[in-house]
Amino acid sequence: MSDGWVMVIGLEVHCELKTTSKLFCGCPNEFGDEPNTNICPVCLGLPGSLPVLNQNAVELAMAIGTALHCDIRPSTFHRKNYFYPDQAKDYQISQYDEPINVNGWLELPDGFRVGIERAHMEEDTGKTTHVGTTGRIHGADHSLVDYNRSGVPLVEIVSAPDIRTSAQARAYVTELRSVLIATNASDGKMEEGSMRVDANVSVRRSDDDPFGTRCEIKNLNSVRSVGRAIDYEAERQIALIESGDKVIQQTRHWDEDAGKTQTLRSKEDAYDYRYFLEPDLVPLVPDASWKGAVADALGMMPAERRARLAELLQEAGAGTAARTEQIATVVDLGLDDLVVEAIAGGVPAALALARTANEAATDADAARKLDPVPYVTLLAMEAAGTLSATQSKAVLAELLAAGGGDPAVIARMKGFEAMSDNTLSVTVAEAIEANPEEWARYCAGEEKLAQVFIGQVMKVTRGQANGKAVMAELQRLRG
Amino acid sequence: MTAPRSAFDLAAAVRAGETRALDVLGGYLAAIDAGDAEIHAFNLVTADAARDAAMAIDQKVAAGEDPGLLAGVPVALKDNMCTRGVPTTCSSRILDGWHPPYDATVVTRLREAGAIVVGKTNMDEFAMGSSTENSAFGPTRNPNDTSRVPGGSSGGSAAAVAAGFTPVALGSDTGGSIRQPAALCGVVGMKPTYGTVSRYGLVAFASSLDQIGPFATTVADAALVFEVIGGHDPADSTSLDRPAPRVLSVLDEGIQGMTVGVLSEYLDGVDADVVARTRQAAEACAAAGARVEEISVPEVRLGLSAYYLIAPAEASSNLARYDGVRFGLRVDAEDTTAMNTATRSAGFGAEVKRRIMLGTYALSAGYKDAYYDQALRVRTKIIEGFDRAYRRCDVLLGPTAPSTAFSIGAKSSNPMSMYLSDVCTIPSNLAGHPAISIPFGTGDDGLPIGVQLLAPALAENTLLRAAAVIEAAANSMNGRGR
Amino acid sequence: MAGAPRLTRDDVAHVAALARLDLTDEELELFTGQLAEVLDHAADIAQLDLTDVPPTAHAMAVTNVLRPDTLTPTLDRDEVLAAAPSVEDHRFRVPRILGEAP
Repeated sequence: MSDGWVMVIGLEVHCELKTTSKLFCGCPNEFGDEPNTNICPVCLGLPGSLPVLNQNAVELAMAIGTALHCDIRPSTFHRKNYFYPDQAKDYQISQYDEPINVNGWLELPDGFRVGIERAHMEEDTGKTTHVGTTGRIHGADHSLVDYNRSGVPLVEIVSAPDIRTSAQARAYVTELRSVLIATNASDGKMEEGSMRVDANVSVRRSDDDPFGTRCEIKNLNSVRSVGRAIDYEAERQIALIESGDKVIQQTRHWDEDAGKTQTLRSKEDAYDYRYFLEPDLVPLVPDASWKGAVADALGMMPAERRARLAELLQEAGAGTAARTEQIATVVDLGLDDLVVEAIAGGVPAALALARTANEAATDADAARKLDPVPYVTLLAMEAAGTLSATQSKAVLAELLAAGGGDPAVIARMKGFEAMSDNTLSVTVAEAIEANPEEWARYCAGEEKLAQVFIGQVMKVTRGQANGKAVMAELQRLRG
Repeated sequence: MTAPRSAFDLAAAVRAGETRALDVLGGYLAAIDAGDAEIHAFNLVTADAARDAAMAIDQKVAAGEDPGLLAGVPVALKDNMCTRGVPTTCSSRILDGWHPPYDATVVTRLREAGAIVVGKTNMDEFAMGSSTENSAFGPTRNPNDTSRVPGGSSGGSAAAVAAGFTPVALGSDTGGSIRQPAALCGVVGMKPTYGTVSRYGLVAFASSLDQIGPFATTVADAALVFEVIGGHDPADSTSLDRPAPRVLSVLDEGIQGMTVGVLSEYLDGVDADVVARTRQAAEACAAAGARVEEISVPEVRLGLSAYYLIAPAEASSNLARYDGVRFGLRVDAEDTTAMNTATRSAGFGAEVKRRIMLGTYALSAGYKDAYYDQALRVRTKIIEGFDRAYRRCDVLLGPTAPSTAFSIGAKSSNPMSMYLSDVCTIPSNLAGHPAISIPFGTGDDGLPIGVQLLAPALAENTLLRAAAVIEAAANSMNGRGR
Repeated sequence: MAGAPRLTRDDVAHVAALARLDLTDEELELFTGQLAEVLDHAADIAQLDLTDVPPTAHAMAVTNVLRPDTLTPTLDRDEVLAAAPSVEDHRFRVPRILGEAP
């Protein structure tokens, strides 16, 4: 960023909702199927067809609104009229002046809050392929349209112009993506187009100046392009102003390969969409109990989950400042439950976080599927000194690759040392004696409490014990 | 023209095994063969499919299965109702060659009730018109006088029933498109409450006003068809979630003690013979024991202006999809914009273009507040006006159309004069209320006159009870009896 | 409407372009007069002061009409594409497109 200039950025994120069927019809909401197989009279815009709103899409939109601390309001749908071949009816059904979610905010990992102006529902278009030498619209000979995506539910999340740097914009998109995944509203796959970002960028000399003229940049398909495009665009605008020119309000296209934005159209070409209330749909008026049910079904959002980990580390006396990035990583990857389980199982908080953020994160998909018991056992062994860090990492790699297993067995197979069975049964018996209440509950079926005894045995044996053997002994004693 | 048997009697005879559906159909197909070359009620007669359907009904009867309420009753469909695999043209070149891949809900319901679809009827293109002259396939003629129009836009369906080509037919009514042709052809035509009959598969003209309804020779037949096609449809978000209508049982209950309001605004600017018949119908209501009073609802005078902003606005959007990309006509051009434009310019007739432009203008930046939004506020005023009237009256009475059938070509060069044909029918569409036109004698020219009854939303029972009384009076006046 | 300029030929030409209709000079002339007449008639409502009257877009007040998120049969692709004016590679073929969607 050139000296003496600051940016003002607002982001519009289109998110495809992860529903079974489309927004207004029962066709599959499926990416990558054979062209024009997921179509019906409604999403093909055939004469006489009528839309009926998908309840799950509404509830996912409400979940997004709840997660973004929005007011969920009575809302309506409008028709946005424009001719385009991928728009089956030649109008898009979209929420306009009465969107379902308004006035929320998203907290970034560093605590900065970005205002959310609105998050409204609308339908996606079909997909156009341009046939010709370039594969781009310009210079194409003709184009082909596939309506599988037509009518796929979208929520468009419009931020306030609160973002001030490209790094903050990237953080916003990353965080929003995590929230969308956490609400189960989206798979967050930017590469498949399930999240698409437009950026409104302007520059000014200082934060006290009025907003400069903005340009809207389209076609930002990765977090990286969001950052690159904003930086490029800001520099372009600064160069214009510094050379005595003016920024013209326009829509620009980000060319990822060229690393440039290019003019799509200027404000003077503003299209007259002739919005009017969609007569084929009725107003949506969610009552308190419906909103409450959606909120209750919502899991913890990334910000809360980060706070939960930070608190656990704090309690363990492992200063959080240095751990912020690791916390963000495990929460972003959805591995925070593993860390929480490990800490609960007696593993030192810093170790639990570090192994999860550094090693488990290398294969996050496998780690998310991993049974926490062997994971916690392994970390306990490492904490107790039974295994060295290097040994522990080797066992973990094996666990992840195999999708589970007994860390002690893996350790033995790898030639790492473990303690004898005789000593073990004595130690287990002592652990039971020391925790009679937990033992009773474990016997009554609270399987999770096995961790208490495993943890205790690990502690006493300083990690020498074999977790699986302890488990076997516990089960034997329980009968 | 054979003396029409009612759908009611036909279905009863077929259900009882007294008459074969195939024989019934044969009689009507013969009438179509003999008469439709002149009338041009039909765009398409699906005789083979109809014969198959009739035979299936006869087999059901023979097997002792319930063949349905409309067993063996031939029915004509306005050509804006989708029929799977059967051309649905809206009498427009732009839908040339289009075979819908699905049936409209009303079509499914008719078939399930045993009705036999015999064909698709001519109409004003995309239901825009009041004379059935705006058809890409040429005008329909009024069976009562073939130099006259049958009214419109459902003129083909009205003429089919009037000519005895089918005992009943379906039309759609956006601003009077069932009631006005019913009046001009001398048959019963009913527009139900908005939301009582599914619009799924009805090619949209103006979505917030369109409603499907029956044409018949008797009020009871109209009621019977309404029972079959009415009721909730989850495929139409505006379909009311209520039980299917049950109206037949109340037809004989009379109107003793009801208050019938003669709507004074509807008598203004209407031909004297039409006013005279309306007053006679009012007297018949009084004779049947109703209290009759004249009532004024000044807001209805604003209906025409509001309608000619709202309906074109919705139409301009509904008709955008005819772009040459997915179905129907395409006129090739260098690029997609030019192709869209060439296709639409060649495919739409003049009236459709006029309304698309009017609606586009009414919604465009800078004009929407003054035109479209203002028209929606007028709609509220009209509903308020009716509500006021219905605090005093059970039903309202007026003429259906300002005159009897006019000559072919008389109004086709002057859109505004054509639009005025709907002045008495439009307010019911804006309010979403039910209304019915009942034949009531003839005018000075010997052509049929229809009187119109209006009722509050969902008061079809009251509406049809009063209609039955007026029908009986008309029959005794004509010396026909029932 | 009160004091509103009468509909001009240019207005009609602009609206025709928005609606993707190509009009001949004759049609433009004819339609301008006819549409102006309809709009003149609409002056009766444009003049009314209805600022306090809520608009009615739906005659029947219904809310929250929803369907369950379940699949219903899709159309047969061959049947759909057979009805299309031009098809290539199982897609709807259109001539070149002049620009991105507005």
